[in-house]
Parts: sequence; structure tokens; C-alpha cells
Amino acid sequence: MRARPSGVLIAPLLAAWLLTPTAAAAYTVYVTNEKDNTVSIIDSTKLEVVKTVKVGQRPRGIILSKDGKWLLICASDDNNIQVFDARTMEFVKNLPSGPDPELFVLHPSGNPLYVANEDDNLITVVDIETDRVLAEIPVGVEPEGMGITPDGKLLVNTSETTNMAHFIDTATNMTIDNVLVDSRPRVAEFTADGAQLWVSAEIGGTVTVIDPKTRKIIGKIGFEIPGVNQDAIQPVGVRITKDGKRAFVALGPANRVAVIDTATLKVERYLLVGQRVWQLGFTPDEKLLFTTNGTSNDVSVIDVEKLRVLRSIKVGRYPWGVAVAPF
Amino acid sequence: MQESAIDLLHRRSARGMSLRYALVAAALAGGLGFAAAAPNQPAPRSSATGDVQRIAIVLAREVRDAPPPLSLLDVPPADDGIAGARLAINDNNTTGRFLKQEFTLAVVENGDVGELIAQVKKNVESGAAFVVADVGPQAIVGLAHALKDLGALIFNAGSGDDRLREQDCRPNVVHTAASRAMLADALAQYLVWKQWRRWFLVHGTQPDDEAFAAALRRAAKRFGVKIVEERPFRHEGGSRRADGGHEQIQQQIPTFTQNVPAYDVLMVADEGGLFGEYFPYRSWDARPVAGTQGLVPTSWHPALEQWGATQFQNRFRRLANRPMRQLDYDVWIAIRSIGEAATRARSAEPAGMIAHLKSADFDLAAFKGRKLTYRAWDGQLRQPILIATAKLPVTVSPQPGFLHQFSELDTLGIDKPETTCRAYAR
Repeated sequence: MRARPSGVLIAPLLAAWLLTPTAAAAYTVYVTNEKDNTVSIIDSTKLEVVKTVKVGQRPRGIILSKDGKWLLICASDDNNIQVFDARTMEFVKNLPSGPDPELFVLHPSGNPLYVANEDDNLITVVDIETDRVLAEIPVGVEPEGMGITPDGKLLVNTSETTNMAHFIDTATNMTIDNVLVDSRPRVAEFTADGAQLWVSAEIGGTVTVIDPKTRKIIGKIGFEIPGVNQDAIQPVGVRITKDGKRAFVALGPANRVAVIDTATLKVERYLLVGQRVWQLGFTPDEKLLFTTNGTSNDVSVIDVEKLRVLRSIKVGRYPWGVAVAPF
Repeated sequence: MQESAIDLLHRRSARGMSLRYALVAAALAGGLGFAAAAPNQPAPRSSATGDVQRIAIVLAREVRDAPPPLSLLDVPPADDGIAGARLAINDNNTTGRFLKQEFTLAVVENGDVGELIAQVKKNVESGAAFVVADVGPQAIVGLAHALKDLGALIFNAGSGDDRLREQDCRPNVVHTAASRAMLADALAQYLVWKQWRRWFLVHGTQPDDEAFAAALRRAAKRFGVKIVEERPFRHEGGSRRADGGHEQIQQQIPTFTQNVPAYDVLMVADEGGLFGEYFPYRSWDARPVAGTQGLVPTSWHPALEQWGATQFQNRFRRLANRPMRQLDYDVWIAIRSIGEAATRARSAEPAGMIAHLKSADFDLAAFKGRKLTYRAWDGQLRQPILIATAKLPVTVSPQPGFLHQFSELDTLGIDKPETTCRAYAR
């Protein structure tokens, strides 16, 4: 900011300045606050919390149904998944999930839902229409990250203590392969074309890129930030742009988001965000990226094109997951 | 009434022990140990081919006589450490299913160090290359000697004795138990961060108490703390309890702690737990108590929930029906280290596994928010140390601002330039 105008003028000017990159569309951003048992709802044009809603205990993973009607939340300490009307935030129903659900992924067709049960070494497959458990798939110790190919044929789960990406055939619900990655894998993310799988390893401090067809490791990305202890670099959330050109990786207590050129697997830049950054979420137009910063109780907003952090928004205590609706 | 409660606990412990012997015998006969993963989980197809690789682990326990602790709450469970071993075996086998690796556990217990070593040696000779030891320092040295040509690795999970990392260090021993020096440094860093830099040190007269007091003195010197006064507390043996007791303690402790120069914290060194618990709320001056009682440094706390520890605590409680204790955690780390080495080496061949475990490539995720590794100069596990009250962790050391050229974790314990261990030197 240059010379400051009078206080009365700051707010509209700031709003105008912030609006420039986002003028296109207004979206609704949902953030689970793990410690508050609430969801903060952010308006993507105002970039402020417009509503805070009470949900189940220890809300973590959060996604929208493919038709955008429902908001699904892992209420980890209630051992279920809560379904809310995404527009009104009225409670719709609970889905069975198996114990301690943490992260989940929907089949690209919209159903079923695959849930990682961190406490039970299982993936639970749930029909979200009929509320029935369709199958349980045994995986490694402390399953967490969940990814699925765009054609829905291959499901991937990462297990935090087993340190593997488990490849599961969704037709048979059987594990077809297991790829060893570095310590404590947290998130599994496919590129939009399904050609690559990215797996973050929180304690290992790396991201492993795997070819899902051959299950061979294509590359491994390490991180180095001047002035930041190597131990503090703990990759968790991974998001890749739809054109497959850029990846964003949240680095936990390093308080940075790494921007990676997917062609070279090199880090282009580190963006300073809030403390202990874990999960990431794009707006549907991919102009903004929201980060959940657990220890500083806020969400950072990144301008994806300019690779700049626009601002941070105070939310509840220990923000964990983030989802963005196309309205 | 109280007396019978203690007796009951002791009897239970004895019964538990004989039951375990039976289990171990059965396990050895069947060649299975605690190998079975959760029975409701069929093994998925594995990418590995060929036969199942078997990794046999021995848990050696020296049965030691210890006077009962002051608090009934502190009576150790009969399966202290063993439950941690079982959890780690389960965790290893869940991973092992995918790699066709199977981990087995045999528990060997004896009160006689010579017999214990002979039993362990027999197991090692019949194929178990990994020994997790919950034994005293003397037995560690004895085991290291007895197994020195057998290509086995010993994990010291039960002794914080600094001599085992220093003059008595052995190349076939690594340490998952935190050393006294690490614990004292971790506590000192927090007290310094609090600006509580004047200590009044009360120590017991047993060798272990003296050793912990020495670690505290070393930490005080390193971090700029002044020990304003030291007093030995002569614990008189005899009955732990009479019908009555608080009347006299209430008089004794204030008198004992009178006329001390101005201080911030009363530090106790009482590893046997014979008197330290008497100091909080009873000292002449209103001062916090820290050390072996009061605010304590520890590798594990049953109420730790950070860094994904909740699931780990739940898993343990389901298995053992009690909270996880420090010894369980230190044993768990040892067996998980073996598992991790087998996973990464993709082999059950001990030499390769041990080489990986001691290499710079090894790391273990163990619910401490950062990777745990073994120090190359003495085999000591690097790990953050929790500073805790009985109910909750207060903080975790190293503290902010205690910097190190290579790893902040090396601000805890004996660092490379200070080590006198030569067995590890190339």
C-alpha cells in the first residue's frame, strides 16, 4: 500500500482492489474447523466469512456432491458423515462411514463415496443415496489420502503408518497393487487427465509422482526453503490445475505453499501463508486457491495466476478441510 | 483395604507372567508368535512374489524387584512394554501383508541376567536377528557381548543410562529409550524458556538418582541455569505405607525445604519414585516441582493427541485395554524401526536391514510431528521430548530458539562433538 488515504476510504478501495482478479464469479467456500465443530462459509468475492454453522464433532474432510446439492462432512469423532444442503446448510442426513472418517472421495459418476477410516485400516464404500455400506476394503495402517481416476476405475488410498499408496480396482474393490512412498503419506491427487498420481509424504518431506498405469514412480519432489528447518517442511494438501501445468503443495509447519511446474517437477516458488497449512481448494474457475492454516486459525487466499497471497481470512479454530461450490 | 489392593495387583502381575510364558511357549511351538494380523482382514493380493519373508523379534525383559510406587495409580501393568510390542507387531504385519513379510514376537523374561542372556542367545541362534531389550544397563552390555558375532541388533528400550551411549556404547546396540541427558536437556530448555533459571535440586541417594541429578547439572551448565542449592534426600526404607502418613509428610517436607536461597523451581531426582511425589504442594516456598516428578520430561504421554497420535492411542487402548505408557512407546518404536527397515530394504535379510536402519536414508514417523532417526555416533534415537504433567503434555522440546547447525533435535542429549563413544566411529 502506498500513501494511506483516510480510514473511511480504505475499505472501498481495498474491496475494489481485491475484486479485480475475482470479478468473474461468486463462489461459496466451506471450511471445516476441527476444534470448533463448525463450518465457516466464505463468500469468494467479499473474501469474508458470511456464516458459521454448527456441525458434528471434529469435522475434517469436506466435499460437495457432484450435482452441487449436498455438502458432505467427515464428523470424525461422531464416526459418521454428515450431509447438509449446500445452499441452505440445513442438515439432511447422516451417512454411515465406519469409524473415524477423515478423508473421502466421490466416484466421478457421483456415487458411491469412498471413505478412509483412519482408526480401522479400512476403506468403507458408501452409497450416498440409499445410505448403505456397499463394501469394506482392508488397506494399511491409518488410511488417509483418497484419490480416484477421472474414469472412476482406479481408486487410490494412502496409509500413514504403512507408507503406501494402495491401488484399488473399483469394479472388484480389490487391491491390485501397492506402491511404497515416503513416510506418512497424507494426500493422493490425480491429474485431471488421470495420467499421473501425486502423493504427499508429510514426515518424509516429499511428493512422489506415480504413473497409475504401470505403478512406477516417475519422480520425486523435495523441498528446500532458506531459513526453514528441513524437518518443518511437511507436505500435505496437493492441488493440480485442470490443464495439468501447475501443482500447489501445502507444506504444513513450513507455512508455505509450493508452486510446482509439472513439466519439470521443479518448485517455481514458495508462497508464504498462515501457520501449519494443510488442505487446499480451488475455485471452479481456478482463479483463487484457498488454504487452511491450522495453527493460525485462518485461511489464506492465493491468486493462482499472479502467484500472490491476496489476504488471510480469520475462521474458526484449527481449520482443516476446504471445499468450494460453483455458486 | 489398601494393602490388599496392592497385593492383588502384584498377584495379578505374577499370574499375567505365567500366562505369558504359556503364550510364548505356544507361539514358539507353533512358530507364529503374535504374527496374526487382524483376523477379519483377508490379505489382499501382493505385488511381491515368492515366499513369505519372516522376521523374528525377541523381547527380552529383566524382571527386577522394585519397591511399589508411592501412588496406587503408578503401579506398572503386567504387560508394560509387551503391549507396545504387540501393537508394533500388528502394525508391521498390516504393512507386511502387502509385501509378504511376516513379523513374529517371542517374549523372554528372567530375573537372572545370565539366564536371560542365554535364553536370548538361543533365540538369536535359531534365527531371531532383532532383540528389543527392557533390561538394566549391565544386561545391555552383557547381551551386546554375547551376541557380538551373531549379526543381531539390540534395541535398548528400557534404560536411559548415559554410559550405554558413551563409554559403554556398542556397535550392535541402538537406543530407543531417551537418554537421561536428553530428558534433562529437554526439561531445562523449557524451564529456561520460562525464565525459571534458579533451581533447588533435591536428589535421592540411589545410583540412578545420582545419575539423573548429574544429567540435570550438565543441562544447567549448558543452558545457563544456576543450581542455588543441592540437598540429598535420604529415603528410609521400610514400609511404604502405614495407616496414616500424611500427618508426618506434611511436617517433614516443609522443614526439609526451608532456608534455601531464592529459587524458581524445585528439581527432584528420584528415579525410583520413592519420595518425589511428596514435594509438590508441600515445599516451604510456593514453587513448582519438576524433574522425575511434577513436571516431567518423557518420550510419551497417554494424553498426547497431536500429530495424529489420537488414532495411535485408540489402537493401543483397543489392544491393551489401558493407556499407553512410555515403555510401550519405546518398545513400539524399536519394533516399528525393524518393520520400516524390512519395508524399505524389501528384504528380511538382517545385514541389509541393519545397514538401512543405521543409514542416513532411514526415518520413522512416530506421532511426534517430525521424522525420527538414529544418531550416527552412538545409535541414540533422535526424538522430540514431551514435557508433561500427570494429566497433559505442557510442551515439547527442543524449544524455539535452541538452534543447531544440523538438527535441532541434537540440542537434546550428547552431541557429536561431545561424544566419547568410539565403537560407532568408522
